[in-house]
Amino acid sequence: MIDRRLFIHFDWGLLGIVLLIVSIGILNLYSVTSNEETTGAPLYLKQVLWLAIGLGAMLVIAFVEYRFYTDFAYIAYAVAMVLLMLVLGYGIITSDAQRWVKVGPLTFQPSEFVKISFILALAKFFQRYPGREGYSLKHLAFPFFLLFLPMILILKQPHLGNAIILLLVFFSILVFVKVRWSSLITLGVIGVSILPLVWRFLKDYQKRRIITFFNPDLDPLGAGYQLIQSKIAVGSGGILGKGFMKGTQCKLGFLPEQHTDFIFSAIGEEWGLVGGFIVVGLYFLLILWGLRIAVGSKDRFGAIVCFGVAAMLFWHTFINISMVLGLMPVVGIPLPLLSYGGSFLISTLIGIGLLLNVSMRRYLF
Amino acid sequence: MMELNTQRMEDFKERSRYLKLFAGAAFLLLFVYLWHLQVIKGNDLRQLSENNRIRIREMVADRGMLLDRKGQILAHNRPSFEVFLVPEDIRSNPEALEKIGEILNLPQEEIDENIKGLKRRPAFRPVKLKSDIDWNRLAILESNRIHLPGILVDVRPRRAYQYDSLASHLIGYIGEVDENELRQAKEKTYRMGAMIGKHGVEREWEAQLKGTDGGRQIEVDALGREIKPLRSVEPFPGNNLFLTIDFDLQKAAEDAYQDKNGALIAMDPKTGRILAMVSKPSFDPSIFARGVSAEEWRALTDHPFNPLQNKGIQGQYPPGSVFKIVTAIAGLETGAITAQTQITCTGVFPYGNRDFRCWKEKGHGTLSLHQALVESCDTYFYQAGLKVGVDAIAHYAGELGLGRKTGIGLPHEKAGIVPSTSWKKKRFGVSWYSGETLSVAVGQGYLNATPLQLLILISAVANGGRLHLPQVVERVENIYGEKLKEYPSQETGRANISEKTLRVVQEALMGAVNEPRGTGYASALKQVKVAGKTGTAQVVRMAADFKKGDMNRMPIKFRDHAWFAAYAPFEDPQIAVVVLVEHGGYGGTAAAPIARKVIEKYFDLEASAPAKAEEASSDSVYD
Repeated sequence: MIDRRLFIHFDWGLLGIVLLIVSIGILNLYSVTSNEETTGAPLYLKQVLWLAIGLGAMLVIAFVEYRFYTDFAYIAYAVAMVLLMLVLGYGIITSDAQRWVKVGPLTFQPSEFVKISFILALAKFFQRYPGREGYSLKHLAFPFFLLFLPMILILKQPHLGNAIILLLVFFSILVFVKVRWSSLITLGVIGVSILPLVWRFLKDYQKRRIITFFNPDLDPLGAGYQLIQSKIAVGSGGILGKGFMKGTQCKLGFLPEQHTDFIFSAIGEEWGLVGGFIVVGLYFLLILWGLRIAVGSKDRFGAIVCFGVAAMLFWHTFINISMVLGLMPVVGIPLPLLSYGGSFLISTLIGIGLLLNVSMRRYLF
Repeated sequence: MMELNTQRMEDFKERSRYLKLFAGAAFLLLFVYLWHLQVIKGNDLRQLSENNRIRIREMVADRGMLLDRKGQILAHNRPSFEVFLVPEDIRSNPEALEKIGEILNLPQEEIDENIKGLKRRPAFRPVKLKSDIDWNRLAILESNRIHLPGILVDVRPRRAYQYDSLASHLIGYIGEVDENELRQAKEKTYRMGAMIGKHGVEREWEAQLKGTDGGRQIEVDALGREIKPLRSVEPFPGNNLFLTIDFDLQKAAEDAYQDKNGALIAMDPKTGRILAMVSKPSFDPSIFARGVSAEEWRALTDHPFNPLQNKGIQGQYPPGSVFKIVTAIAGLETGAITAQTQITCTGVFPYGNRDFRCWKEKGHGTLSLHQALVESCDTYFYQAGLKVGVDAIAHYAGELGLGRKTGIGLPHEKAGIVPSTSWKKKRFGVSWYSGETLSVAVGQGYLNATPLQLLILISAVANGGRLHLPQVVERVENIYGEKLKEYPSQETGRANISEKTLRVVQEALMGAVNEPRGTGYASALKQVKVAGKTGTAQVVRMAADFKKGDMNRMPIKFRDHAWFAAYAPFEDPQIAVVVLVEHGGYGGTAAAPIARKVIEKYFDLEASAPAKAEEASSDSVYD
């Protein structure tokens, strides 16, 4: 059955980091939402349920021989694309966008799972060794196709945040798999030069959205307000924080989206610089851990998958915290393992499962 | 194999070194900025959080005005004083709550309900207590402000309709946006509780009328009093719409109805511009702008005569004898009859095993087509219809715009029904009986049309067969009076009907109004030559022993609908009118006089020459 060596080599360190972060997440969610009167189960309990499902999925993913995923990669990608199209066709329309699919009693956001299947598909493509020279532009037509299809579908929902993540993960992987520097630079130049062209095809209201995206001051009632309040929350935490359940900013509802995209502001407020440093430090450790597993992998597929997951975690974490601190415009990118939301929590844990998988097989084969 | 593998993995090591460096730098930035916010700026921000009283106050944009073609204001906005409460500010002070209830004349339970009614209300978000309070209460409230923490008074624009129910169906109404509308709104954003057009022009032109809302970040003190505005986005008013209707004509038309029910539409037959649009009973659209109460809503929806329905475009009725125009045209165009065809009417036409009766019991004697239209003889058209056949009739009805929506651009327009053999096969799966053709030939049976469709029909007859898109908005201007959009007249088609046929019909319509035996004699005017056709649409089939004059003794809901469709002047048509009086009885007596008043008014205005019609003797005129 399962090789005994798997248990010997199981990456307890990684599991420890992850469990530490999700525990902080549940505690924090409990604190933030404790005085909200909601119908049904409290949010933190719902999140515990999602967490249980996610950890289960993580372990299953970790123990299936990962070379099986090589065969499965394109199929997973195709299934994810079909789900995305379903969202556009039959998705539940929330106030601003179509992102959800309902299956029985569960609603989930396929665009979260797209990220994982996208990483798997890219890894499958790049597992072929390009030779010492690395990949050049002419090799990249198919990967670009793999990128653009989900990006267009996700932008149509519209979910700008996830589209940006896909793009960033894609370019991170290009750097990692050794696309020639000259090709990367060419791509960069092309990208920048077609931007004005894209701009011309946008509708007026889309342009407006993007302008306020880069300059939230133009929207003092929406994004701008959120930013001010978020900064006040984090800053008012000081060095030691106001203490568990004692945050006022988040409690009093000054912060919209406080339990999802702006969850980090609650950590900053209640736990101060100490808490902030610990959490940011844990993320840094998690990402370095992922990179180490990637480099230590026995084959290219495993390495690229792990690197992709690490890149996804990095971009999510970096953009989200920068946004909360007011270093970056507000865009809907949640904080992995801490933000409320089932789909993203589960898809992140599936990614962690892949890391564990590759990690414990580093001495096998 | 192993060596090759390590070789291949070497590249990753090389590149991942750069990537680690990059990630390290990024996280360093986060650490540094956390330090900056929490240690260097920590004290300032903590203070801000302790008196965090930055709130957002919405500023609702003025909705665009509605004006008539001459610039008379029909709908505008007036200031309304709305009272809000921030419940957090008053929790420790129950007497204040009582005081507020006293001033606003609100029971405590209602205040509690308002506060608790909002689930997941963010803290310090004001709750609306009462809107549109009067000056007196406002003055008392303001002078007691110091004892009433948490009370906010806001001025918001409130939709006001200058002439109450005038043209209420055309104008429509606005109301609070519902969940469906919130989801569908794409280009404009609506907040919960925002107003949106629900019916009529208010709805169809929502995108133009709604401006862009603004808002303000406001710093308030511990009592909720505003200290200073921080940043704001000014609201921008919506655009003004100039309607095609003429206020004076509209008013005259509404007055002419008195307490009758039905619909009237007047149009310029050469352009398709709607000059007046009446539907009775009407309603007062301003009750929706302030939030309609449950009783008011029930009174409107349970009303037996549907005040909320715009009968001119939503009501579908048998066109009755007005449809004889179509039968005549179909007969002439197909050659089934000529202008000289003579038919004898004895008052009854036996066909199959049924007697088809003419409205004139004693019969009309022998008639030509002209006389048959003038006197609206049923027997003539029973027989003409049989000669033409239902499919040819249906074809020419389609040529003249029946059986499809006109595209007027108002909500819920109906298409009516033009039956044919294939229609019946499709609808009921059975063949057409020739007896049914007789009913259709005189505008009964399965036939259904909206008043607007009959207006298009009569306009096409008046105007050489040209069909126009009926329009209700002439132009759009922004608040600076700059023209943003203009809607030129639009011809949508031309009925394939010969000049000669139209002439025969036009002259008969002229005769129907101006010859003493004509059924529309009650609408004749001295100064202007009016042409028109009366009609009576049966609501229930007449009993075999029905006697003339029984109509007045029938229960109202079984009485016939009265029609009149007309245009004037005969030589150079400038106005076409269709009048429907629901359960009004006969077209000549109930509907024609209303049309006359409108036409009279119209030419009063245009020529400012006094035109008095002699009282038509209408006692012998029925259909």
